[in-house]
Amino acid sequence: MTAWDAIVIGAGPAGIGGGSVLAENGARVLVVDEAPGPGGQIWRGIETVPDSRALLLGPDYLAGKAEAARLRASGAHLAFETSVWRAEPDGTVWLRDNEGIRQEQARHLLIATGAMERPVPRPGWTLPGVTTIGGLQILLKREGLLPDGELVLIGTGPLFYLYAAQCLAAGKRDLTLLDTAANGALFAALPSLPAALTGRGPAYLAKGLKLLWKLRRAGIRFHACPQDLRIERDADGLRVRFRRNGALHSLYASHVGLHEGVIPETHMVRSMGCHMDWSREGAAFHPRRDNRLQSSIERVFVAGDAGGIGGATVALLEGRLAALSILEELGRSVDPLLRETTRRTRRAHLSARPLLDALYRPQDALLSPADEVVACRCEEVTCGEIRAALMADSAGPNQVKAFLRCGMGPCQGRTCGMTLTSLAAASRNLTMEEAGYLTVRPPLRPVTLGEIADLY
Amino acid sequence: MFEGRAIPFRPGQSLAGALMAAGVVHFRRTPVSGSERGPWCLMGICYECLLRVDGSDNQRACMTAARPGMKTERQDGARLDAAGEQA
Repeated sequence: MTAWDAIVIGAGPAGIGGGSVLAENGARVLVVDEAPGPGGQIWRGIETVPDSRALLLGPDYLAGKAEAARLRASGAHLAFETSVWRAEPDGTVWLRDNEGIRQEQARHLLIATGAMERPVPRPGWTLPGVTTIGGLQILLKREGLLPDGELVLIGTGPLFYLYAAQCLAAGKRDLTLLDTAANGALFAALPSLPAALTGRGPAYLAKGLKLLWKLRRAGIRFHACPQDLRIERDADGLRVRFRRNGALHSLYASHVGLHEGVIPETHMVRSMGCHMDWSREGAAFHPRRDNRLQSSIERVFVAGDAGGIGGATVALLEGRLAALSILEELGRSVDPLLRETTRRTRRAHLSARPLLDALYRPQDALLSPADEVVACRCEEVTCGEIRAALMADSAGPNQVKAFLRCGMGPCQGRTCGMTLTSLAAASRNLTMEEAGYLTVRPPLRPVTLGEIADLY
Repeated sequence: MFEGRAIPFRPGQSLAGALMAAGVVHFRRTPVSGSERGPWCLMGICYECLLRVDGSDNQRACMTAARPGMKTERQDGARLDAAGEQA
């Protein structure tokens, strides 16, 4: 089997940027994604979207069209509807598609697995009819679908406001927003304001303010700083209960969306043994990268939101930068000026990020939910059970996993991992790094024993 | 078809999208406590939207394209193995 020069894992903006530049410069490159086409979550369905829906989703979404076309034209080999269930530091990648499983070999890996939504363990978050707002937006992008009936959106962060504005643009009026951003967030964010006014920061801020202005002008029902939020279900549907300024509120909803920002999807880099650091600003773990975007493992590069949240443009640029690093290692000449301007543009696009991080920091209550709240959705383990296990055995996340099966279900700890670490940190007064994280092992996606047996 | 009921869909729609558009949010019962669940992340990460599709269990409805003639059912509990026993 001949080895690829590079395998790019993920075909969102970072994978598209990396795959295009690699292939255009003559590298043999394979780009893999689970979706039926390029785009990732941010440009979900970009090749098939009807014009009417694209208009509603806005210019940032439409920008993906040209990039997806560039990837198609680049000569990169594309494998869609294909999962990577194992990637090894030596460049071995195990794939699964509807034909079964197979193995590919690469000299370099470019991990572009993107972001996932920060888990939002709240009372009632497992009820049917409660979904992530990112998920609701995927339905809108991919299928033009808006939930029917009364919709209550709970959370904070750019995506929270963006989705609300997209609902408005699509004509949805039975919409209530519960904004969970902390009271003092604006004040805490002020020191980051000067930096945010440099580079491309003002464009990001203007976009955000325009969104907020649109929502305000439309006069949507809006409640700030709800306390003691819980979602319940009665005969009529879902009911959102919360306290605000001492008064109790109860809202009927046929659908509830939750969102508290996004964090890097780090399962793959963790499983490979890449060194991880806790980012205070991003309130998430990031893989350590050098200025060439190489992880702590040689020839394994990480680009885009998988390395730290920066958004679509930053991801696209990082994909290209990582591709330049790989081309250099392949012995191809790389234009230093191109690299320098790409780096500079990337920095300019990141200038508002510290401000956004400070504005939309997850509240402590979210990192340390009440005992009754389910932390591990798969195995139905509550925060109380986890706290008891942590107390009894002064154990870490991996011991709790062995005792309670927390993190052993099909999502493999993607949904409970952060909660587990923050509970461990809180109960034993440790930093997030000290508290540690669930050990991630392949298969990263479920495969059947039969499929593995077919290999031999 | 879902639980014997015909579900309309458009080309390119996922099973999860088609079912939610038809008002279905309860997709399965958990193996642990039997509680009702439906789609959560809609991007293939959480495995909450598992259905039995054409007799095959553990299919992620959010990552599976809807096709004519597909037979889908709620998945109650763990998947069934080849002998029809709960795994």
